[in-house]
Amino acid sequence: MVGITSYGAYIPYHRLNREEIYKAWGGFPIPGEKAMASHDEDAVTMAWEAANDCLHGSDPKKIGGLYIATTTYPYKEKQCSTIIATALDMGSEIRTADFANSLRGGTIAIASALDAVKAGTARSIVVTAADTRMPAPGGFVEGSYGDGAAALLIGDKDVIATIVDHYFVSDEFTGEWRADGDTFIRSWEDRMVLDEGYSAILPQAISGLMKKHKLEAKDFAKVVVSAPIDIRRHGKLTGGLGFGMEQIQEPFFMTVGNTGTALAMMMLVAALEEAKPGDKILFANYGNGADAFLIEVTDAIKKKKVHDRRATKGYLASKRVLTNYATYLRWRGLVTVERARRPEIPYTSLTALKRSRKEVLRLYGDKCKVCGNVQYQMPFGVGGMTPIRVCYYCQAKDQFEDYRFSDKRGHIFTYSLDLLADVIDPPGTPVFIDFEGGGRGWFELTDRDPDQVKVGMPVEMVLREMYFDRGIHNYYWKARPVRG
Amino acid sequence: MAESIKDKVAIIGMGCTKFGELWNTSASDLMVDAAYEAYEDAGIEPKDIDAAWVGNWQEVTGMAGLGLAGLRLQYKPITRVENMCATGTDALRNASYAVASGVVDIALAVGAEKLKDMGIAGLISTAPGGTAGVGGVATTAPAIFAMMATRYFDRYNLSPDEGKRMLAHISVKSHHNGNLNPKAHFHRELTIEQVMNAPIIAWPLGLFDCCGVSDGGAAAIVVRAADAKKFKADPVYIKSVQMCVGPAEGPVRSDYDFTHVEETYRAGLASYAEAGIKDPRQEIGMAEVHDCFSITEATIMEDLQFSPRGKCRGDIEGGFFDLDGGLPVQPDGGLKCFGHPVGASGLRMLYEIYLQLQGRAGPRQIKNPKLGLTHNMGGMPPACTVAVAIVGLT
Repeated sequence: MVGITSYGAYIPYHRLNREEIYKAWGGFPIPGEKAMASHDEDAVTMAWEAANDCLHGSDPKKIGGLYIATTTYPYKEKQCSTIIATALDMGSEIRTADFANSLRGGTIAIASALDAVKAGTARSIVVTAADTRMPAPGGFVEGSYGDGAAALLIGDKDVIATIVDHYFVSDEFTGEWRADGDTFIRSWEDRMVLDEGYSAILPQAISGLMKKHKLEAKDFAKVVVSAPIDIRRHGKLTGGLGFGMEQIQEPFFMTVGNTGTALAMMMLVAALEEAKPGDKILFANYGNGADAFLIEVTDAIKKKKVHDRRATKGYLASKRVLTNYATYLRWRGLVTVERARRPEIPYTSLTALKRSRKEVLRLYGDKCKVCGNVQYQMPFGVGGMTPIRVCYYCQAKDQFEDYRFSDKRGHIFTYSLDLLADVIDPPGTPVFIDFEGGGRGWFELTDRDPDQVKVGMPVEMVLREMYFDRGIHNYYWKARPVRG
Repeated sequence: MAESIKDKVAIIGMGCTKFGELWNTSASDLMVDAAYEAYEDAGIEPKDIDAAWVGNWQEVTGMAGLGLAGLRLQYKPITRVENMCATGTDALRNASYAVASGVVDIALAVGAEKLKDMGIAGLISTAPGGTAGVGGVATTAPAIFAMMATRYFDRYNLSPDEGKRMLAHISVKSHHNGNLNPKAHFHRELTIEQVMNAPIIAWPLGLFDCCGVSDGGAAAIVVRAADAKKFKADPVYIKSVQMCVGPAEGPVRSDYDFTHVEETYRAGLASYAEAGIKDPRQEIGMAEVHDCFSITEATIMEDLQFSPRGKCRGDIEGGFFDLDGGLPVQPDGGLKCFGHPVGASGLRMLYEIYLQLQGRAGPRQIKNPKLGLTHNMGGMPPACTVAVAIVGLT
């Protein structure tokens, strides 16, 4: 039996009230909020967080691979799944792959993972999907797009939802696209795109699957179907196939927006958060074709500790609503603002990064075998470079074992709110944190309300992009007030 | 057993430029002006210098000993010294050891920094090229020291208003003193309210809690104590020069409290032992300390044992460190008001103590200054270099 053995999701802390877009550009108002990635987030960091949620409590060294699907890769040449797998502290003899260019990337990756597990070439694969698609400011779809991520662990042990079968349709059609060098999504006339694409091809895949398994609409507990930008078409399609309102998984339109490649998987995670053993779930996705999956929830969903995931419910509940459209433009890099008059960023040494990737990307420190103290030294700056050779406490030389800090929480020991630093979201918020279980580190605090920062505040560690310079995305860890 | 430097070395000449945003002055100008003032003060010629140490942090044109080439010393040994903001005192320390050893008769220590050629606010980057930029925390010197203020307020239960008021007294005092000093960067008296209401730079520190970022240079000429009277009737004798470089434990060890600087405490202990001082609060007559930020000066008062631990507030607000107080601190205005050209600051501190001991400090003159102390710190509270010097007239 092969299927889903765990799930996770991620929704950024910041939401933009759609009213702000209307205030900026006029047109017609769209209700609700859209989730917006922070200036230090991208598809890689969001996919990491969803996967981290998915793997909570399990040993990352036992996972056989990691796939990511997105249309918004930070690199055109350079694998991104390896960054995520390393930050998750996975092993090295695993399968990593990047799926691209289609909003169906996530479901195609799921099918590939299923095939690998069924064939016995991988014991389990975590499939992530994330997107930060860029709509043109002032355009028709700006308010509808949102940012988010999801992750599913595909395996054959303790399966909480069996993936019984899938049905694929490929359809060459340039309806929504972005060419090399384009910043914004392009679209052909919207009604034609929907009539000939989403509304035509998706029913073909769904009907094909149902016919193959002799299933009727009433047989499904939940119907998880991705939504197009024109949200009315979602209801029209599902209603047209005979599904009732109570069966349909809602597509986060009012709370998050359309998260592109991540949307269908986020909706499936939301369905699994509520699922009962025996439930049949129809799961279907669209993008240059369509695919549909037949999923059956097992008894293991009750036994297995998947309900402590934050998943969509947890991340939805924890938010800070921005009421400033200019902030959105700035974080997206859509306006050029005056930089603080501060020194240039030093270039990123890829040699030093390679040497220090254990400390940089896995957030490993050291535990002294002589005195037992755990210690984390920043892989740069004061006190010399990593690795630690001589113990900070007892001065024993080379008597260390690895100690992972990325999964430890901590609290703020001291902080400042820095208005001189050259940061995208002033004030800069440097903190020293003390980790539970020992160790101290110096980090930036992200996803914080400056007025709420205080000594003793509980924090957790998250992977973020520190800066982009000379073509290199510099990923490292930040502290964040623990999200609910 | 190691010997003390006490009374083995004397300062016979000093010079110091005006500090400030000296747009039309080069690094070489600063060194030439400071050194030639020191030559004149000592009554010597450039050719009398046997060896020199040039202190600068980053932005002096020319590397190594060649940084001092503008003086045209004729084929003499010159060493560049770099110990971040403690560079100036380390240059003096090296020159003093050279004459004390007997290998050199007359040694020159010059410190200079040209910070204001960069077109930026605050200090320049400290990152070593090529190895930086792996990860990284966007932060600034004010923020690093502000984190000490956050912790000090928390530990001693000071409300933001109480804490900032205590710190404001420090800056008001320093601006009062600096206003009496023609070479100081700033000439402006401040009120407590102005300091407390100034724009925030890095919470809880405001604009007037931060020292000036300045251009400037200073120089000292040292000889063996036995030779000093041949040059000057009132030479100033070195009682101690001690330096303490921390193992950078503070950012890593969770037992570091962030309300004191261990390097300052230990450099003070070593210097008092070398100079034979038992009760610093009574025996030190004046001090120039490394007040890069107001909170730094507050905690230095405790680390150097001028005030009991956690109790500097009473002394600060009670005027004990004012020009007419029991132990005047920053009689020349300090880094706060005189300015802070990194490599020059240690020698600038010594210049003021030297003038005060010789009774040449004009309207700032302290009556009976006894022994003077300089405290020069490079780095940040959890990881730094501290150099302390104690000097006296007899």
